[in-house]
Amino acid sequence: MKRKPLLLVLLVIVSLFVFAALFAPGLAPYSPDTQDLCAGLSGPSGAHWLGQDKLGRDILSRMIFGARVSLLVGVSVVLISLCVGFLVGALSGIFRGMIDSAIMRVIDLLMAFPGILLAIALAAVLGPGLGNVIFALSLLGWVGYARLVRGQVLVEREKAYVQSAIALGAGKLRIIFRHLVPNLAGPVLVQASFGIAGAILAEASLSFLGLGTQSVPSFGSMLSHGLSFLRTAPHLTVFPGLAVFILVISFNLLGDFVADYLRVEEKRK
Amino acid sequence: MRSYLLNRLLWFFPVMFGVSLVVFFFIHLTPGDPVLLMLGESAQSAQILSLRHQLHLDLPLYRQLILFFADLFSGRMTSIFFKQPVFTVIAPKLLATVELACFAMIVAILIALPIGILSALKKNTWLDFFARVFSLLGVSVPNFWLGPLLIILFSLLLGWLPVSGKGGLSHLILPGLTLGLAMSGFLSRMCRASMLEVLSAPYLETARAKGFGEARVILKHALRNALIPILTVIGLQFGALLSGAFITETVFAWPGIGRLLINAIFSRDFPLVQACVLVIAATYLLVNLLVDIAYAVVDARVRLWRER
Repeated sequence: MKRKPLLLVLLVIVSLFVFAALFAPGLAPYSPDTQDLCAGLSGPSGAHWLGQDKLGRDILSRMIFGARVSLLVGVSVVLISLCVGFLVGALSGIFRGMIDSAIMRVIDLLMAFPGILLAIALAAVLGPGLGNVIFALSLLGWVGYARLVRGQVLVEREKAYVQSAIALGAGKLRIIFRHLVPNLAGPVLVQASFGIAGAILAEASLSFLGLGTQSVPSFGSMLSHGLSFLRTAPHLTVFPGLAVFILVISFNLLGDFVADYLRVEEKRK
Repeated sequence: MRSYLLNRLLWFFPVMFGVSLVVFFFIHLTPGDPVLLMLGESAQSAQILSLRHQLHLDLPLYRQLILFFADLFSGRMTSIFFKQPVFTVIAPKLLATVELACFAMIVAILIALPIGILSALKKNTWLDFFARVFSLLGVSVPNFWLGPLLIILFSLLLGWLPVSGKGGLSHLILPGLTLGLAMSGFLSRMCRASMLEVLSAPYLETARAKGFGEARVILKHALRNALIPILTVIGLQFGALLSGAFITETVFAWPGIGRLLINAIFSRDFPLVQACVLVIAATYLLVNLLVDIAYAVVDARVRLWRER
């Protein structure tokens, strides 16, 4: 497949998910909590395109609301992590010395926690809930951005435009926001795209383990619920998993596209 | 070299101390009384007092911290649910996780290395395209979906393999495949990149000019050099496997440390949660440390660069 049509397909997929998330109450054919116990575990049909769960709730409607949770967590975690990581990384790279050393030690300590472990432990301690999931994932999420931005700042600060700004007496905050932000936007955007995919996957994992949000439907909790009915109702597992997979692969590919575009631009320069 | 090794070894202890501090403070982050959370609202006051005393929560914070480390190092830290020392509970579970991680790693290597090497050798062909699609699928398919899909296919439809639990080799295959396939996506990507870098090196031209056959040039000269960074990635991924198998262990009811931690969370067994987090983080750090040291021993360039 050619690159441009694939990019278009990805943008359409992501837009569809965003549209579904934004207008979930209007788009969902049924309320996500409406039960029909007599029709529990029914497969896909004309009335319920993706079937019904054990309590007879419509899978499609729950997935539309689930997209809301996934995207909300994905975008919130990335925004919080990006803001904190950018500020910490830029300050670390600009100031150097003691501040840099102290920040790097904290980052090393947080990176000593493998993958999702800290988020699981925190979600367990704080209790289930959307806010707690976002907090738990953001607590480690900023570390990657801080390291990336610090590295980039160390490279950029030696370049002529930053040196000129310093020579003209520009303050450190002005250098960060006026000069560095536009020049660091590219690599940060690539990381953000992969970050959304990672956060969506992490949220689904926490919900799957029962540590995510319980009050609203989410892909992870739907999958976990379906696990007990693999033999009789595999659609409970297949469809929500497919949705997570499509979302994650779309954001990963979008990240690849942005990275490729930046590489080409860099070569052109 | 010695100073580098010493540096890495010495860095392990403060990081481990920091991790322990974070783990110690977990219990204080709980909204409300952690003892009430563990015992439930219907608990008797005598029970509450006894557990509070057992967990040292009736003491000032600094004494709690000292006793936390004392209990940890003397092996006195006890699981509330199992009524046994936490490390006695954890040891067999950790072994089960190591068993699963080793099998998954073998699966990942057997799949990823041939795909990565072939993809680099046949760059920009259909083979390369499929290899790249495979690696993208590998890194994007969630374990909590791939696992059930494999169960549906191999256990429920074909009836070839058991659905869950721990037994012989047949019980290892599906969870091992779930973890290994996900890992092989990332590994084949790294292998391709590493091979591509080596394939453009001038010493391969020299080898060809000397009249060596293509197979010898690839296997003896290219692959040997490309393998160094790949081995590092394999080591780091092994650490990640040991510490990140929560989902797969839950899907397949594999009695590993990941599943133990999740069960401990739901039974509100805070000492066991703390110990599991510590053991998982320590294992991860230790594997990373060993990989770092091995890398420095194998590759002199890394050693010299890092010593500078």
